[in-house]
Amino acid sequence: MDNLLSLWNGLTPELQSVIVTTLQIVGVMLAVVICVAFLTLAERKVIGFMQLRHGPNRIAIFGLPFLRGVAQPFADVIKLLLKEVLVPSAADKKLFMLAPLIVLVPALAAWAVIPFSPEFVLADINAGLLYVLALTSLGVYGVILAGWAANSKYAFLGAMRSAAQMVAYEIAMGFALVGVLMAAGSLNLGDIVRSQEGGPLAWHWFWLFPLFVVYFISGVAETNRAPFDVAEGESEIVAGFHVEYSGAAFATLFALPEYANMMLVATLAALMFLGGWLSPLQGYVPDEWFLAQSSFFWLFLKVGLLLFVFLWIRATFPRYRYDQIMRLGWKVLIPVTLVWIAVEGVMVWLKIGPWAP
Amino acid sequence: MLENYLPTLIFLLVAGAFGVVLLVLGWLLGPRRPTAEKASAYECGFEAFEDTRMKFDVRYYLVAILFIIFDLEIAFLFPWAVSLDVIGGFGLLSMAMFLAVLVVGFIYEWKKGALEWD
Amino acid sequence: MLTEILFYAFAAVLIGAAIGVITSRNPVHSVLFLVLCFFNSAVLWLLIEAEFLAIVLVLVYVGAVMVLFLFVVMMLDINIEKLREGFVRNAPLGVLIALIVVIELYYVLWVKRLGVDVTGGVAPLPEGYSNTQAVGAVLYTEYVYPFQLAAVVLLIAIVAAISLTMRKRPGLKTQDVAAQVAVRREDRVRLVKVAPEEEK
Repeated sequence: MDNLLSLWNGLTPELQSVIVTTLQIVGVMLAVVICVAFLTLAERKVIGFMQLRHGPNRIAIFGLPFLRGVAQPFADVIKLLLKEVLVPSAADKKLFMLAPLIVLVPALAAWAVIPFSPEFVLADINAGLLYVLALTSLGVYGVILAGWAANSKYAFLGAMRSAAQMVAYEIAMGFALVGVLMAAGSLNLGDIVRSQEGGPLAWHWFWLFPLFVVYFISGVAETNRAPFDVAEGESEIVAGFHVEYSGAAFATLFALPEYANMMLVATLAALMFLGGWLSPLQGYVPDEWFLAQSSFFWLFLKVGLLLFVFLWIRATFPRYRYDQIMRLGWKVLIPVTLVWIAVEGVMVWLKIGPWAP
Repeated sequence: MLENYLPTLIFLLVAGAFGVVLLVLGWLLGPRRPTAEKASAYECGFEAFEDTRMKFDVRYYLVAILFIIFDLEIAFLFPWAVSLDVIGGFGLLSMAMFLAVLVVGFIYEWKKGALEWD
Repeated sequence: MLTEILFYAFAAVLIGAAIGVITSRNPVHSVLFLVLCFFNSAVLWLLIEAEFLAIVLVLVYVGAVMVLFLFVVMMLDINIEKLREGFVRNAPLGVLIALIVVIELYYVLWVKRLGVDVTGGVAPLPEGYSNTQAVGAVLYTEYVYPFQLAAVVLLIAIVAAISLTMRKRPGLKTQDVAAQVAVRREDRVRLVKVAPEEEK
């Protein structure tokens, strides 16, 4: 122990900070991965109850009866790791193994700029929101490459569908973000949250309600979730771009990034529209109470609610047809955002709402 | 400013390493018994009778080009949205003109049927 | 110190990737190398503290333009053997263009060197300085004409893209949502009064 301590003190301060940052990053990443595990469980349980089923209820921790099913995600992980990773003989093998990494890395690395609480953010950069947008726009490569490299018709069709769809909804999402920036005046996610101080009606959802809805819908579409999951469309193209993937490659390509991206979209929506870590009771209860203070728990609660809506949507709506998806993206969501940006411009001009002097 | 970006670089590396570890674990732990049937492309039990890399509808290019144009438009909007209080009324008007020109383009697309998907 | 190490590392990857673009046999691999090139250039821009431009480079070029490139090379059946045939015939033209580019590059670098000290690195920016805001503060006021020109160029791009690629296939049945919504009850339902049957 003493040896370690003296070794630590012998390092330069730069190296020390790099090591501390790396440890923090590993911590955040593992937290995200564990949340993904429980999100898959929550999805199966929630949708199960919505459809009057039990959901997973076999694998328990220490045989505790009230925790039945809780260990299901871990069993799934072990199962996936023990399966054979098949590489189709006609595939482009290098790209076939690279594609999962290209999907996974942006889905995890985007968490670097997320402020989890007023004090804790890994990378406090000015252009935080742009960074997230740039990284999430990389996800489309993994999907296209996965579909192309497998050299299978279903995979290729799925990849093309999902690429055109992600592309259409990314524009609506970008315009919605511009609306948020107009209200917040900063690209730094922490500053965006701080610009919403003052109770639930000061949060951006109130003045930017159409953009909030557009952002959430495009978030669902961007993550290829039901009802926008034509890229998988198991009844039409069996499983779309990941039909040829199995075992650990499937887990890295599909399961992990999809849920990590879902959480990312929900977290961003909470930060930008629902006041992030700010307390909804601010101004309604005495300031010194825990309930009135900003903390990580409020963010966690809001993200949890939004994720529940994600699952609820999946259990409720039937899958869109492809032409309907494109119609919704280009002809409904984009005009709505454009109109609302114009409305915001007028509000800036007249100095009303959040722009009041 | 640069030291703020260092964590993002490290995060990219750590995430990449994590993905590689997962793939290697799967490769080490899983069995490897490929057969010709198993390793052929999945086509619901049929023999694949054509190469996958086929010609595709030109519509996908059109969507991609329109996407580039709108993405650029968004890139122009970002600096504007964060500097509203500096550029004042003139900046607002200038962006209004910019968007008006592009809305004309958008209406043209719409009327031409470029946004239909059939 | 760390900045320099990073610069040389990313610059080396950039050059390696650029070589990969022109040497790989598979066009899809070429496009991916080009993506890597853009990514590394973005990091180099970041190293001279141009954060807005760096991220927009990734957002626009990697996130949009290269997706189009990928679409194109994936979906055209490119016969590589056929492309090779013209290599010798077109080589002189290629050499000529390469020479022009080299001269241009030399010219740009040479002009840049006049009276500019490039060895000192960039001046550190003040705390809380936002690149994006700095761009915004001048782009829409001082440079308003180029900005409006950009709008016109984008408009032309829209029109050109549509007139080049739009093909209306006749006889396709599509859903007309507006017509569906506009339907009224009278158009679809006809109430018919049926006289009760007489008992025999």
